[in-house]
Amino acid sequence: MTQFAQIGVFNQAIVLFAALVLFTSFIMLAQTRMLPLIFSFAWQGALLAVATALVAFVSGHSHLYVSALMTVALKVVAIPWLLYRLTLQLKIQFDAEPVRHPSLLLLGGAGLVIFSYSVALPVVHRSGLATRNTIAVSVAVILIGMLLMIARKKALAQVIGFMSIENGLFFSAVVSTYGMPLVVELGVAFDVLVAAILFGVFFLHMRESFDSLDVDRLTRLSEARDSLPGHGEAGEAPESHP
Amino acid sequence: MDHYLTAWLLAAAQTALFVAAAPLLAGWVKRVKCHMQNRAAPPVAQVYRDLAKLFRKQPVIAENASWVFRATPYIVFGAMLLSAAAIPLVAVDLPTGAIADVIVLVGFAALARFFTALAGLDIGTAFGGMGSSREMTVAALAEPAMLMAVFTLSMTANSTNLSAVINFNLDAGLVLRPSFLFALSGFAMVAVAETGRIPVDNPATHLELTMIHEAMILEYSGRHLGLIEWANQIKLMIYAVLMANVFWPWGIAREFTAPALALGAVAIAAKLALLAVALVVWETVMAKMRLFRVPQFLGFALLLSLLGMLTHVVLETG
Amino acid sequence: MGEVLLQPLALMYLAAFATILSGVAAAGAVRRYPLLLHAGSFALLAVAGAAGVAGGGWAMLDDLTVTDTIAFGLPWLRWHLRLDPLSGFFSVLLGTLVLAVALYGPRYTREFGRGESAQPLPPLGIFTAVFVLGMQMLLLADDAFMFLVFWEMMSVGGYLLVAYQHQHPANRHAAFLYLLLAHIGSLVILISFGVLAAFGGGFAFDQMRAAELSPLWATLAFTFALVGFGTKAGIVPLHAWLPEAHPVAPSHVSALMSGAMIKMGIYGIVRVTYDLIGQIQWQWGVVVLLVGTASALLGVLYALMQHDLKRLLAYHSIENIGIVLMGLGLSMIFLGTGHKTLGVLGLVAALYHTINHALFKALLFLGAGAVLHRTHERDLEHMGGLIHRMPVTAAFFLIGCVAISALPPLNGFVSEWLTFQTALQAPRLENGVLRAVIPITAATLALTGALAAACFVKAFGVAFLGQPRSRHVARAREVGPGMLAGMGLLSALCLVLGVIPTSVIEAMAPITQMLVGKALPSASVRGWLWLTPVAPEVASYSAPFVVLGVALAFLLGYLLLKRRAGPIRRGAAWDCGFGPLTTRMQYTSTAYSQPIRRVFAPTWKLDERIEEVREPGVPGRLRALHYQFHAVDWSWLMGYLPIGRAVLTAARVVGRIQTGSIHTYLVYSFVTLLLFLWIIT
Repeated sequence: MTQFAQIGVFNQAIVLFAALVLFTSFIMLAQTRMLPLIFSFAWQGALLAVATALVAFVSGHSHLYVSALMTVALKVVAIPWLLYRLTLQLKIQFDAEPVRHPSLLLLGGAGLVIFSYSVALPVVHRSGLATRNTIAVSVAVILIGMLLMIARKKALAQVIGFMSIENGLFFSAVVSTYGMPLVVELGVAFDVLVAAILFGVFFLHMRESFDSLDVDRLTRLSEARDSLPGHGEAGEAPESHP
Repeated sequence: MDHYLTAWLLAAAQTALFVAAAPLLAGWVKRVKCHMQNRAAPPVAQVYRDLAKLFRKQPVIAENASWVFRATPYIVFGAMLLSAAAIPLVAVDLPTGAIADVIVLVGFAALARFFTALAGLDIGTAFGGMGSSREMTVAALAEPAMLMAVFTLSMTANSTNLSAVINFNLDAGLVLRPSFLFALSGFAMVAVAETGRIPVDNPATHLELTMIHEAMILEYSGRHLGLIEWANQIKLMIYAVLMANVFWPWGIAREFTAPALALGAVAIAAKLALLAVALVVWETVMAKMRLFRVPQFLGFALLLSLLGMLTHVVLETG
Repeated sequence: MGEVLLQPLALMYLAAFATILSGVAAAGAVRRYPLLLHAGSFALLAVAGAAGVAGGGWAMLDDLTVTDTIAFGLPWLRWHLRLDPLSGFFSVLLGTLVLAVALYGPRYTREFGRGESAQPLPPLGIFTAVFVLGMQMLLLADDAFMFLVFWEMMSVGGYLLVAYQHQHPANRHAAFLYLLLAHIGSLVILISFGVLAAFGGGFAFDQMRAAELSPLWATLAFTFALVGFGTKAGIVPLHAWLPEAHPVAPSHVSALMSGAMIKMGIYGIVRVTYDLIGQIQWQWGVVVLLVGTASALLGVLYALMQHDLKRLLAYHSIENIGIVLMGLGLSMIFLGTGHKTLGVLGLVAALYHTINHALFKALLFLGAGAVLHRTHERDLEHMGGLIHRMPVTAAFFLIGCVAISALPPLNGFVSEWLTFQTALQAPRLENGVLRAVIPITAATLALTGALAAACFVKAFGVAFLGQPRSRHVARAREVGPGMLAGMGLLSALCLVLGVIPTSVIEAMAPITQMLVGKALPSASVRGWLWLTPVAPEVASYSAPFVVLGVALAFLLGYLLLKRRAGPIRRGAAWDCGFGPLTTRMQYTSTAYSQPIRRVFAPTWKLDERIEEVREPGVPGRLRALHYQFHAVDWSWLMGYLPIGRAVLTAARVVGRIQTGSIHTYLVYSFVTLLLFLWIIT
């Protein structure tokens, strides 16, 4: 067991940024307004990029600098900008989503952190890196992203949750094995970008057909459920279907 | 035996300095705030003059006030006096530091609050009850966040004794601990709530519906009011000194020699002056929250403290 | 039996004998001789209490373990008695409360024999004696049979006392619920003892101690013991009987129930887990810790919603049992993982809180009884301003409030502080998840403490401060010296246990020595002035200095301020210039807890109703507004009611075989007979 004070200031900085990435995950979990949600996502990307660059510096793996730059370009600039434009286009930038029992949600997040810690412990014991403890944090980021997707109804929040899961995966790759091969990372990055664009198109269509971005409304697509009594409760009924 | 006596004398002197300097800090906060908000500032000594005036005036209390109402100012002041004695201001390892560890300090604050809240109910006015009820609600939410932040510190240093925590931090040198960052943020938010500053409460207003602390002490006058005001200034100073000395202990005297003590005094004065400026900036940019937003504010503080504790366990051990 | 006469056990026999005599004396207290109850029965009870304190204290301080057998009971199983430091400790606790109640009782019970709702007095005295005797003897029991006999005696005595004022249907309902859960609890305890007896080969505790249990069976025995004794102690969700039964008993009995009876549940858990089973596993500790945390938090949250003073106190018992269990759970976790000293620290914290809670809860119930005695009010919404009419009672009640809110320098703070200190040693554990969970439970304890403080500001502030809200209350008088003496004794003990914790912990050393084989020498390493539970550099607290500091503030205030300034002037309170303040402008108990109710809304099933009484003829004008509020326990709605319904349905189904026709019954017997004959051939 190495003492935290003895692992060197750069390793400490990596751990610090890992903790901040986790913090932004919690911020996203608590944030109900759309624009701040996008901004906190951008912040998470930025912190992730800094952490990756620090890992690159400490370990000397220079390809990680490329990953860091890619993170900045994609997750701090491109995707938030796309989403930002989308919210303006859809005029949902001031929307706030009512979340029932927000404090319970946060407690659930804390529970997930403890859970991922216990899950990651065996892996941690095998790793020889000074920053091995951050694996638990990256797992927690993934799980909290999922929790975000489960707890939210607005499609935009779900997309953010999805992207933050990707952040967690990327981070876990960086801290446990110093990143994936560059080709894989490039591919994933490209996929994420395409996903973001596709989501944008999807939103616009969804808005057109349902007049709402609430994913609960997607149950309407199923003809069988639509015909059941009690499922046509909402006012904006399938008449608006083109 | 000689060293023992010196230590006790120093402890007494430090407590006296703490209590005497508390109005100065409050005056400094007021002054900087006035400058920041483009108002003419009162001199720093105005706070002392106000206190002196209150102590000279004849107190008027309500007809049906009981002995609880009259004893409360002394109990509140006594609790703050004890806290002041237990907190290292200029030097660590003073014998009075062993009277109370961090958890007991929280207990002292709770004792003062308990009696203030009772005094608010004593007369039977609506304002007193309102302030008392709100204060206890806010405190109930603030206390777990505060203790969680404290736990993070004391689990790191394996001690709840303030001197031991400070010594631990001094010995460790500069360590980038994520847990301390979170704990400090959580602690700062709780401190804002507990000292009744914006956005939880506004110390400068007597607007009925927004008051918390002022509503409880509305019926006090004369020396009773003076003691309570003074105790409040000590309370502000307690939180400021805790933040300054626990998270940035550098400069504090570790041996009882004149140069070390002088350095300690200068260091703490500079740290407090800076913290006061930070508080003023915070109070100037924030707006007062309505009461039922406060739980969210404190919930956020609890989240920060909780993250501090979790990051300590997850990232800094094992 | 001869050689025990000069031993502490003799004092315990004296206590039991005096209790029996007090019951006998009370039997004669029929209408014409009420003095037999007030003077005779209670005096004997006082003797019993004093003897119990002396005997128990002797055994505890001198670290004596005395055993004896009496030829009662089953032919092959004589009653084994044993007085050791643990039972001595609980005897001291019980004896103190009995003594306080004996001082308090004579005046308090006078009320019951008078007026149009007069009750017969002998049952009260007899039932009290049965109840107390059950507790005294079960502490001495050293075999499962005797233990259960007296355990049942305590339960039945309690039932009779709860049902004493049986005119109100609510009381009968409470008594029934109490009896039902007490019996379910006893049944589960019986199973636990059964497991132990099966491995030990006998019902004597000595045989059980020697038994070697496999971990699975040990866990089973522990689980049954926790559930069974937990029912008596009032852990969530087995607490449903407690807030019903405690308030409706006569107040001095409520004090005994909340102060002593539920502690017998703690005694049982400690006795079975630490002494009889012995090999503690840390997983048990986790369960106990979590159950304790839930009980503490839910207990105080429900207490906040009450406006019946005694009911509020009853819910606080659940909270405090939770705190005791948190200490026990931490102790078990540390013992199970091999950290013996820390396990001792947790045990000391738990036992300290046990005796603290006994003292201040009994004090508060006696205070509530004094208010009830003078004003016939239990509802906080009708009280107010009693501090002017009953100043001494108010002072004692305030001491109880400060103690239960865990504020320095009183005793409640010490034990909660010790629990915090135990929890803060969590980093020594190897298990990472526990390291993270234990501080969270400690933060929950902080929340509990702060909420308890809010609750007792409400209770004291609404009942004793402000202006009277009803006529009875405005005319209340101070209670008599006997009742004050009972409360005063407990108040003084609260102070003493708060100010010299170091000596108290030293006195507890034989208990932990016996149970765990270790004491806590580090606590007093710097002398009686400083309490240093782990080590002086880790944490320290000095209660005498706290008293000194507050005294200094008063002294300075007197010397510097008061001597020079003029006398205090009395004036009218600030009324915003709208005319005089009325009592209806004060915050009520329901209003006081409104912010907390809103913040923690999902905890309760809130039933709020606003009824508008309209002015006839004038549309839109209201004559009056009625506000009704009731907080329902979720455990009642989600747990007990469905179970109750299921049992009733099952009973109805089974009841179909009962047709009432004698022929059908003959057929049943005939078929049974045929069946048996077929089986044996």
